[in-house]
Amino acid sequence: MKKIKKIKIKVNGKFKSISENWKISDLVKHLKIPIKKVAIELNQEIIDKKNVSKISLKKNDKVEIVHFIGGG
Amino acid sequence: MKNDKIIIANKEFNSRLIVGTGKYKSMSECAKAIKLSGAEIVTVAVRRVNITDKKKPLLMDYIDPKKITYLPNTAGCFNSEEALRTLRLAREIGGWKLVKLEVLGDKQNLFPDMIETLKSTEVLAKEGFKVMVYCNDDPLMAKRLENSGADAIMPLAAPIGSGLGIQNKTNIQIIRKQTKLPLIIDAGLGQASDATIAMELGCDGVLVNTAIAKAKKPFDMALAFKNAVIAGRQSFLAGRINKYLYGIASSPKTGIIK
Repeated sequence: MKKIKKIKIKVNGKFKSISENWKISDLVKHLKIPIKKVAIELNQEIIDKKNVSKISLKKNDKVEIVHFIGGG
Repeated sequence: MKNDKIIIANKEFNSRLIVGTGKYKSMSECAKAIKLSGAEIVTVAVRRVNITDKKKPLLMDYIDPKKITYLPNTAGCFNSEEALRTLRLAREIGGWKLVKLEVLGDKQNLFPDMIETLKSTEVLAKEGFKVMVYCNDDPLMAKRLENSGADAIMPLAAPIGSGLGIQNKTNIQIIRKQTKLPLIIDAGLGQASDATIAMELGCDGVLVNTAIAKAKKPFDMALAFKNAVIAGRQSFLAGRINKYLYGIASSPKTGIIK
């Protein structure tokens, strides 16, 4: 069986090694993030959450996942 | 007082007190203080999800956005670009269109950068956001914000977190006279009576965070602010007496025993 290649991306400012064939939805699932409670940016562009299973991740991609926290 | 609701961007609210959710010791303390304050709108910040510590409690688990209106805020943004990015992300989280714009200009005094704020207001209004705008207590700038499509004017009482109370009552009164938009005092209140003063000046509401969260007894202070806002509103609607320089006796001058 062919081994799946790993690539490096940045998630919330931290390097992360993921499988080459991952979509954004795979990353969200892997991180156990409740998708209804977050917003996602890929290389500074906001992703429509309906499309997370269609968008592939590439080497050096920068992903930001944000949510609401306490603030004034 | 029965039908005295505050209407913001076509939505009715009973409570005229908006509270911030920052600076509390814990999420449960924050949730309890909000409940006691009677607030129906709370400000929230947009930040990165902690991807390494997944056990960290989530705000939404403590404060139900179906019951309490979340008002995403751009606190911590120092230019229009950052503020717009933050609010577009907030909208994507769950369709939030009612937002609070706050673009700061100075790290020490935290005064708003009104040029960047004005620019951002124009863009957000065009993109369909309902924008409540944190601003200086400057009537001219307040007018410009209104003309740019702001849904609420939110002048500061004093620098954020300073607890100094309303510094320029005259300007607040001038802004009150010139606008029909919701006027909400945001930032700088220190104690419950500051909120009463704001309401007596004719403001439609107040936004409080630090004064409750950092009080020695946050729950008691939350309740105090709730009552203070109600008292101030009632006092304003009741119509105060004129001021006189000299004394005017309260008892009749006739029938005095001699």
